[in-house]
Amino acid sequence: MSLKNSIAHYAPLIVIWALLVALFGSMSDNFLSTRTLATLASQVPPLAIIACGMTLVLIIAGIDLSVGSVLALAGAMLGVALVDWGWSLIPACLLAVATGALAGLFNGSISVLLKIPSFIVTLGTLEIARGLAYSATDSQTKYLSGALENLARPISGTGLPASFLIAIATVAACQFVLSKTTFGRYLIAIGTNEEAVRLAGVRTAGRKISVFVITGLLAGLASIFFTARLGSADPNAGLGLELSAIAAVVIGGTSLMGGRGSIVHSFLGVLIIATLGAGLAQIGASEPSKRIVTGAVIVLAVAIDALRSPAVANRIKVIFQKPPLN
Amino acid sequence: MHSLLTIKNLNKTYAQPVLRDFDFILEKGEVHALIGSNGAGKSTFARILTGLTPAGSGDIALNGKPFSPASRKAAEASGVAMVLQELNIIPTLSVAENISLSRLPSKAGILDRKTLRETALAALARVGLESLDPDTPAARLGVGQQQLVEIAGTLSDTASILILDEPSAALTGPEIEKLFENVARLRSRGVSVIYISHRMDEIARIADRVTVLRDGRRISTHKVSETGIPELVREMAGSELAERKPHIPSGKRRPALRVEDLRSGTAVKGVSFTVHEGEILGIAGLVGSGRTETLRAITAADRPSSGKIILGDNRNISPKSPADSAKLGIGLIPEDRKNEGLLLPLSITANTTISTLARHSRASVLNHSSERKATTEISDRLGIKRDAVSQPVSSLSGGNQQKVVIARWLLRDCSILLFDEPTRGIDIAARQTIYDTLDQLAAENRALVVVSSDLLELMSIAHRIIVMSDGRITGEFFPDTWTPESITAAAFAGYHNRSGASSNMSPH
Repeated sequence: MSLKNSIAHYAPLIVIWALLVALFGSMSDNFLSTRTLATLASQVPPLAIIACGMTLVLIIAGIDLSVGSVLALAGAMLGVALVDWGWSLIPACLLAVATGALAGLFNGSISVLLKIPSFIVTLGTLEIARGLAYSATDSQTKYLSGALENLARPISGTGLPASFLIAIATVAACQFVLSKTTFGRYLIAIGTNEEAVRLAGVRTAGRKISVFVITGLLAGLASIFFTARLGSADPNAGLGLELSAIAAVVIGGTSLMGGRGSIVHSFLGVLIIATLGAGLAQIGASEPSKRIVTGAVIVLAVAIDALRSPAVANRIKVIFQKPPLN
Repeated sequence: MHSLLTIKNLNKTYAQPVLRDFDFILEKGEVHALIGSNGAGKSTFARILTGLTPAGSGDIALNGKPFSPASRKAAEASGVAMVLQELNIIPTLSVAENISLSRLPSKAGILDRKTLRETALAALARVGLESLDPDTPAARLGVGQQQLVEIAGTLSDTASILILDEPSAALTGPEIEKLFENVARLRSRGVSVIYISHRMDEIARIADRVTVLRDGRRISTHKVSETGIPELVREMAGSELAERKPHIPSGKRRPALRVEDLRSGTAVKGVSFTVHEGEILGIAGLVGSGRTETLRAITAADRPSSGKIILGDNRNISPKSPADSAKLGIGLIPEDRKNEGLLLPLSITANTTISTLARHSRASVLNHSSERKATTEISDRLGIKRDAVSQPVSSLSGGNQQKVVIARWLLRDCSILLFDEPTRGIDIAARQTIYDTLDQLAAENRALVVVSSDLLELMSIAHRIIVMSDGRITGEFFPDTWTPESITAAAFAGYHNRSGASSNMSPH
């Protein structure tokens, strides 16, 4: 895509984000500061990585409601491995990632092979994974001794922590897969019209399952950064994260109907959600009002997405017309 | 004294004219059958009478007064009701609830069960089901009873016309008898029945008169006792010759695909045929005769229950999915290209290369210019009119959209191509280009199977025609001897003798 096209593509989201920054900057003196930037830089990575996976799942017209719980479970395994079993850093991180991938395999296999809507399967996994996280940590937070601190600390010279840079790399890699590989093309086709793709002689089941595995794997990766930021493995981690991820992806322009989406757009959606959260906290908004505002933004984004489809726009028009005389 | 229903010069056009200057008279208390081949206009006529679709132009008079219902409810209020082949029964509700579904009785918002039950009992009595408990869940009834319940529900005391569209398609022998009893009962009560059906033997038993439709026109109306099947078939088929003659290459050709006793679901009941290299084999038949299901069974879009599929080199194959059959060189161009063939919002390129993506990539990374090149070449070869291969296929005309699906399989280099209604929804001019494409593909020694409901079309492109009727092959025809009549007779043949009556209507 040419530079001019790219700018046009991303401009609306960047503008919205800039407006948010300006809004909160005017409402609070402390907003435009390095401290806010640091907060954002540490909050964004887990959400951004999760949003990559969520984008892919939404593109194939599925959904994964378990990402928050899987993040907690992977983080719990990371904590247990480091603290209880005395593993070194790398193997423990690999365990976290593998835990996430396994959860994704469960989600994918059950929903694809048994033809059960992913909404329901991942709803179940949401509960199972959370329960397993509590069970693994005996429902207690595991404090880590600093093995992971380096990930959260800003790298000198850039002001950005390693987690942020890895998140950017993940976004870039996923965008590449989506737009430049055969796998990405198949995903978009499957989300557009799965039956046509099947009749065209393409095998769809394995690819769909892979998407769930990738989502779980990314949740595992995100748990490493989440845990690093907290300095502890908390079984309550990621509560409600799936909703923030879906919100970010939908704000970014990915359709809930499938067949359309972009990872970079989702990342911009993440920036907007994270900035919204940080800004509301800065101006002293209460927790309840933060949730109300975030929820309202989700509904607004989904409504705008729905109105983009001509079928829905027509139906709305029909409802507001006078009923025909019988 | 007027007739009950008088119709003059009824016209209706969708993309093409479906009813042309159609005229029709229905008397009070008569059972009048309506017959014709696919697309003759029967269903459209029924839809206009019951308010589901407006007429294009023409006069309809019910009891001497102009009649143009704006909705199904309006038509029912005027006494015209219809029961379709796909029943409107809701299996989770009771019989009584189904009967009163569109006008559930209530007192201040609470369902009035007493009235509901009384209404149901009265309605059930009208169709001879007095002994059926109205609280029975509809799911527990057999199809025949469900149909009678629906008839009971649509008949009010003031109903004067009941239209039955293919009523016996899903019924067994005893249920068909029950249906006939009810039709006779209705007639004796002065209700007229328009009976749309393929089944000549039933028409012989139950109808007073029969009207033949062809190409949207009324060809003739006979008293059932004064006509016979041969005459009706002749009138349904017409005797126009196809303008285009197929180019049939001479010489013996090797078999490319052989199907033996293929069975699939309830629609394919034992089909056997062979198609040769370089041959265009046409499959004719009525809607519902199992042609689409046969093609889908060959490519494993639906897994067949039994039967053999043998490739030209005598290899027995059993594909488990369309991916398997594509690997074996068999491609299916589906009937419903919008929902089953195309990825509408995606580009011509994406649609064309979807089956051969691996060829345009290295280590999974796509090579866009390779894709574009291949798409441009094949699109030029097939004459796909476009501005750019990057435009979405939704912006193409029907004919060009169809060619994109064909292009996809050509890139896959399939030696056997199955076409299901390839020219559906495509105008006459664009059809010619599709026919030329088919000839081109046959000249390349591929084996083509073409299912079509347009007899003239088949007769102008096929090298040989087989006919399917009620899930089986009922005839094979060759160009020098085929006639529209003989093919039509074969298409109806599978539907005779289901109700146990003889297939002759009269000594004729």
